[in-house]
Amino acid sequence: MKQNAGAAPGRTRRAVVQAAIAGALAGAGLAAAAPATPALAAADAGKWPKDAFAQKTEADAIKALYGKTPEPSEKVSLDAPEIAENGAVVPISVSTTLANVTSIAILVAENPFPLAANYPIPPGTAPAVSNRLKMAKTSKVIALVASGDKVFSASKEVKVTVGGCGG
Amino acid sequence: MASTIRMRAVLSGDTTEVQALVQHPMDSGFVKDSHGELIPPHYIEVVAFEHAGKPVFTAYWGPAVSKDPYIKFSFKGAQKGDDLTVSWVDNKGATDSFVGKIQ
Repeated sequence: MKQNAGAAPGRTRRAVVQAAIAGALAGAGLAAAAPATPALAAADAGKWPKDAFAQKTEADAIKALYGKTPEPSEKVSLDAPEIAENGAVVPISVSTTLANVTSIAILVAENPFPLAANYPIPPGTAPAVSNRLKMAKTSKVIALVASGDKVFSASKEVKVTVGGCGG
Repeated sequence: MASTIRMRAVLSGDTTEVQALVQHPMDSGFVKDSHGELIPPHYIEVVAFEHAGKPVFTAYWGPAVSKDPYIKFSFKGAQKGDDLTVSWVDNKGATDSFVGKIQ
């Protein structure tokens, strides 16, 4: 729909129009009341962990993302189905009782690129997230939680009857 | 015009639970179309949620996130009626945003 696929990153027509509106508001002395800039995702795009997403093995992806070896912890809980009938949509939730969580990541070991998602957790946000991932085949799913200066993990084997990566 | 983003944010106690759905193909680059040609990768890389000018949640996604992605999280410090802004940007530079009210 409104995806402006041809536009240059960060300078879509939408952003330009919004910038113009923000400018107009500022001119009228209403800057303080202006809403947050909706171009936030574009501003964060540079922080997207490109290297970690490009790694082809689970160990390399963890190394690229955190640079340390995770230790298994019972305080990390990974909620995933035993058997996923459709590998294209596998509901996966991660939560933890650990304190000072700064980041959560989810990896699917057998996918072409194991790192599926990475969520930085700012203070005030609960260290829990639910999403839906694609799985190429039966695989170990790994949840990583960065807390303090350590990384903790939990994993679970999910059986996939129909793969979600085509072929 | 309808947004690609649907979001529901509900305050209960001091915690706001947010659920959002984005319409996006999330093509992984491994799937072939009906002519046997690979569909090039096209997926959302970053989704950002912002409340009162402060980021409350950010998602960095790879192509392994399902089509029409769903996300659920919760955060503290919001009031009923506050605005919550969501925006996303994909690997082709396309973007969309949406402002919802916390219920």
